[in-house]
Amino acid sequence: MNNYHINHLKELESEAIYIIREVAAQFERPALLFSGGKDSIVMVHLARKAFWPALLPFPLLHIDTGHNFEETLAFRDQLVEKIGARLVVGYVQESIDSGRAVEETGYYASRNILQTVTLLDTIARHRFDAAIGGGRRDEEKARAKERFFSHRDEFGQWDPKNQRPELWNIFNGKKKQGEHFRVFPLSNWTEMDIWQYIYLDGIELPELYFTHEREAFNRDGVWLAYAPFMKMKPDEKVEVLRVRCRTIGDITCTGLTLSMAETLEDIIREIAATRVTERGSRADDLRSESAMEDRKREGYF
Amino acid sequence: MEKQFSSQAYLDMELLRFTTAGSVDDGKSTLIGRLLYDSKSIFEDQLDAVKRASLQRGNEHINLALLTDGLRAEREQGITIDVAYRYFATPKRKFIIADTPGHIQYTRNMVTGASTANVAIILIDARNGVTEQTHRHAYIASLLQIPHMIICINKMDLVDYQEDVYEGIKKQFNTFAARLEVRDIRFVPISALKGDNVVDRSNSMRWYNGATLLHLLETIHIASDHNFTDARFPVQYVIRPQSDQHHDFRGYAGRVAGGVFSKGDAITVLPSGFTSKIKSIHISGQEINEAFPPLSVTLTLEDDIDVGRGDMIVRENNLPLTGQDIDLMMCWMSERPLNTQTRYILMHTTREARCLIREVSYKVNVNTIERIPDDVQVRLNDIARLRIRTTQPLFFDPYRKNRKTGSLVIIDEASNNTVGVGMII
Repeated sequence: MNNYHINHLKELESEAIYIIREVAAQFERPALLFSGGKDSIVMVHLARKAFWPALLPFPLLHIDTGHNFEETLAFRDQLVEKIGARLVVGYVQESIDSGRAVEETGYYASRNILQTVTLLDTIARHRFDAAIGGGRRDEEKARAKERFFSHRDEFGQWDPKNQRPELWNIFNGKKKQGEHFRVFPLSNWTEMDIWQYIYLDGIELPELYFTHEREAFNRDGVWLAYAPFMKMKPDEKVEVLRVRCRTIGDITCTGLTLSMAETLEDIIREIAATRVTERGSRADDLRSESAMEDRKREGYF
Repeated sequence: MEKQFSSQAYLDMELLRFTTAGSVDDGKSTLIGRLLYDSKSIFEDQLDAVKRASLQRGNEHINLALLTDGLRAEREQGITIDVAYRYFATPKRKFIIADTPGHIQYTRNMVTGASTANVAIILIDARNGVTEQTHRHAYIASLLQIPHMIICINKMDLVDYQEDVYEGIKKQFNTFAARLEVRDIRFVPISALKGDNVVDRSNSMRWYNGATLLHLLETIHIASDHNFTDARFPVQYVIRPQSDQHHDFRGYAGRVAGGVFSKGDAITVLPSGFTSKIKSIHISGQEINEAFPPLSVTLTLEDDIDVGRGDMIVRENNLPLTGQDIDLMMCWMSERPLNTQTRYILMHTTREARCLIREVSYKVNVNTIERIPDDVQVRLNDIARLRIRTTQPLFFDPYRKNRKTGSLVIIDEASNNTVGVGMII
């Protein structure tokens, strides 16, 4: 028996920091995808640790659907200011205005899928060769197959059946002109690990993750936040409820959890007791059994 | 999930990675399904989705394999093509399962899953005993130097839970395993379907006094799986803030690959041979006294010497091997056969070089563990012993001493694909 053992959070942290540093070492123009959600906030925290005492050697990249929770943008701007990072924003509205993307219509209209166009265009415009994302393998079954270093061809597409083998600590980031990589340092983290880590490292989060009053309505069993641009069905009605977000994405497809959780300990207790995965309330994943795989193939996050 | 939250208990959890290899017939998916289900790691919406899909496909029972088969092609063809990673936790440990297909055509996937595992779970059907597939799985686990092997003798319910069947297979396996390099082998008689000795003790096998599979996974000693003897620090990245506050800071970032580094240690930098002392060790803003695997840290040195990515910091009195002619066992991962006329890119720790394959000594028949005498054409899924010549010297240890400094991958220059993975002899 020796004293040189560390708990699983420290091991996951060390793994993620190694991957983030590997991106900075292997790529010329990386960026960190920042959505304002807890996973990307943890990513920024880890990246700062990786390069301490230097500033982040890459910018944050936010794809703005225009359908945000206000709190997310406020939090983003504060964070960027605090850590002295550079922020690049790609606007879905611009993709729509330029005719590159077509707005969905109907009750289930969402800009979630349109983000792919904006994301790929922004990556191309800034010639980013690696985009670090907060995706985790426990989130969804297509993600469970994704590599840490995930190759994208010149069209931004993922070829799940033709992925590079990844062994030991060795990550192959070789690519041709015009191709890029998506990199997922949090691959081995679970939702529980994220929350425990946030708790232990005292990471700040947007208020949306904690219980608050909000106008919401129920659609197909999922509570959605009301916003003026949401198209409601005649039988749907807005109620004021005490809710919190379990994940944060585009407002049109982020399910709310009825919750009284005020602190991180409350949230962790709530998650330990829950019987539904966090993406179980994401309307974007409920579209079909292969919804995530299909979007990922096209170049989604 | 009645787990009560306690931050202290959670801090004591260790991370254990294990790999399972096998086909549907072995009951591998049933076993994983049971571990996930009995440890309450499957969520309702996941189970509902699997139930729906099972019904659609006309399966009589819930097909737990659908939980792990993540790609559309896998679900359609009913096979596991790739490595699937699954996660579950008990109050003692967090587990990462690398679930790989067991058929010979997926040897490369088994090798991938095995590369970072602490434990290999090998399933044997109690009705069939040790088979070619058992040989293959055990050989790969030994080749990749997985420190612990748990042999689950499954489907005990179909042999009336007889002790002599279990003992017979154990003996059979031990005879075979004498030819392998394995440090720690355990045996458990189980029925994944009925749940015997997986999470709960079996009432049908009172003759078995050992631990259940989950108990083994929770308690097997993994703290010594890393090499804590030979200090190795491949430099990954140089941190130079060039800010007013940290004007002179020059930190060497990396993940400790072996041994223990302490503040004040006399070190040598390879290949330059410069020597210095460790001035400080940091994890972000926090200064620590000792760094050991698998920590990612930043070192600063007493002297201002030239150190960059691909260099290795070692303790002065304990140097790795250095050389350009290297013997290794290689698993071929590409559909394009190995070409001895081609130059390949080589990645080893944080170092990159080019190499030529000088000589293929022999290939191994992974079913019999025997050498194949005449055929030295190395194709997809082949495992071969070969000698390479590198353009620059590498600093390495034999793979059996250190899985991180003893492993390398080679990359095809034209396609940029990882085509071979090697373990240095």
